[in-house]
Amino acid sequence: MNAMAPTDQTKPRFSPLGTTGMIFEAPGAFDIEHQQRIWAMADAVGTWDGVREAVPGMTNLTVLFATPPRDIDTFGERIIALWNSGISKAVTGKTLDLPIVYGGEGGPHLADVSSLTGLSVEEVVGIHSAPTYTVYAVGSHAGYCYLGGLDPRLFVPRRAVPLLSIPGGSLSIAGAQTGVSASAGPSGWHTIGSADISFFDPTRQPPSLLRPGDSIRFHPEKVLS
Amino acid sequence: MMEILSSSALATIQDAGRHSYYRDGVSRSGVMDGVALALGNALLGNDADAAAVEIPMLPFSVRFDQDLDIAVTGADCSARLDDRALPPNWAITAKAGETLTLGAPRSGCRAYLCVAGGFDVPAVLGSRSTQLREQFGGLEGRMLQKGDRLNGRRAETLLPAGGIGVNLVPLRPTVGDVAEVRVIPAAEYGLFVPEAHQALWSAEWDVTPQSNRAGYRLAGPELRLQAPVELRSHGIVPGVIQVPPGGAPIIQLADAATMGGYPKIGAVIEADLWRLAQARPGAKLRFRQVSFAEALDALGELDAFLSQVRSTTARVRNAAQGWTR
Repeated sequence: MNAMAPTDQTKPRFSPLGTTGMIFEAPGAFDIEHQQRIWAMADAVGTWDGVREAVPGMTNLTVLFATPPRDIDTFGERIIALWNSGISKAVTGKTLDLPIVYGGEGGPHLADVSSLTGLSVEEVVGIHSAPTYTVYAVGSHAGYCYLGGLDPRLFVPRRAVPLLSIPGGSLSIAGAQTGVSASAGPSGWHTIGSADISFFDPTRQPPSLLRPGDSIRFHPEKVLS
Repeated sequence: MMEILSSSALATIQDAGRHSYYRDGVSRSGVMDGVALALGNALLGNDADAAAVEIPMLPFSVRFDQDLDIAVTGADCSARLDDRALPPNWAITAKAGETLTLGAPRSGCRAYLCVAGGFDVPAVLGSRSTQLREQFGGLEGRMLQKGDRLNGRRAETLLPAGGIGVNLVPLRPTVGDVAEVRVIPAAEYGLFVPEAHQALWSAEWDVTPQSNRAGYRLAGPELRLQAPVELRSHGIVPGVIQVPPGGAPIIQLADAATMGGYPKIGAVIEADLWRLAQARPGAKLRFRQVSFAEALDALGELDAFLSQVRSTTARVRNAAQGWTR
């Protein structure tokens, strides 16, 4: 098993986040079929009594309580039963075509990724910009999209020393994940490019540009060394 | 109207938090000390989530252009209205021309200025809390600065002469520099070595200077996993205690990211987050393990205390109105 791939679990499980919420973690692979089941569960659990929000993560679901259940175990068993029911939601969302400047000032770690993977800069760019990435989840910071679909040849460990801040629009990769920062903030990932895009606008409803099930295609506009 | 005469960095407008946009990646924000906000709003007869100014660095001073009911809660910071000393957790009518000054805290680390009706700034995504990373909410999405002018949303004054206060003793506030907070173990608790479990519950943890509204970095014994784990990114909430590979825990707080991937050893219970808010860098924390049911009981006790304060102070304000009419 790849050292950077998340651990596969064999059984569905739940655990409390204090009394504020709980996490349900799906068993099995990190793939779109499992994620579609999580999306369906989020829609269903979000309507349950006492639930404020049900938020998809990466093949997991975070439930935030408006009123915490008295019996967390019964609540958790109900969620596991919902998973076992196999409900699923295929979403055909919109596709964002995003021009990217790979490397240069906005992509200072492109060379690092090239040496970590043993691929040339051109190969890294070619492999990274080939797939259509699916938005699995939105979170971390406002409007940020967790994407599924990164080619395993580009799996690289997080940086040993995180950067205090990378600008909004930064395209970065780490582990089995890639994404574009929606605003400036700290990052332990490798920044390989940049885009001119606004993923979040608090005056818009919904405020995030993309939702789970939408897609992103990266188009190399320039490759700078 | 009031005008800020002096403010150190980091004072922001906050309410009870932005609660329904987690799925858009929007942090909860809101006050760090929810008890201080609830008490201030109770004393003033405000809605429980009316917006206040959170002041983590003192001194702070503000001058009033017109009579206004105010409350100062949270850290005991030698509050003075002109030359009148205000007791901790006190509400009073500030008169036009008077200046409120908050000094260095004698205990605690965050003071709250609440006003009648709450501060009048627009609600954005259901909250008046300042969201510093994305720069919205509060006053233009930023920290307050000298010269800013703010309004309360209620002009009418309702408080008796001399004001009213509330006694925090029933909540057993932290005395001295060691705060005990209650913790429910989280998903990866069982993946740590036995020495880590023992250290978690027995050590006194230092709140380091790398501590702010996003989270507190703690120093103490190294919390080691039995083996490295790589988790899929999942939701986290204020109170979650993450342990990055270095083994030093971080407690996620109001401005934390909504999702993360470090192993979680536990979560400080909602009813004790206010105690964390008042633990300053250099203070120590002790963790006590509780069950989910005990954590709910703690939340119930806190709610009961706050409703009692709300009803008692309402009676006092009503009586005061009777005397003046």
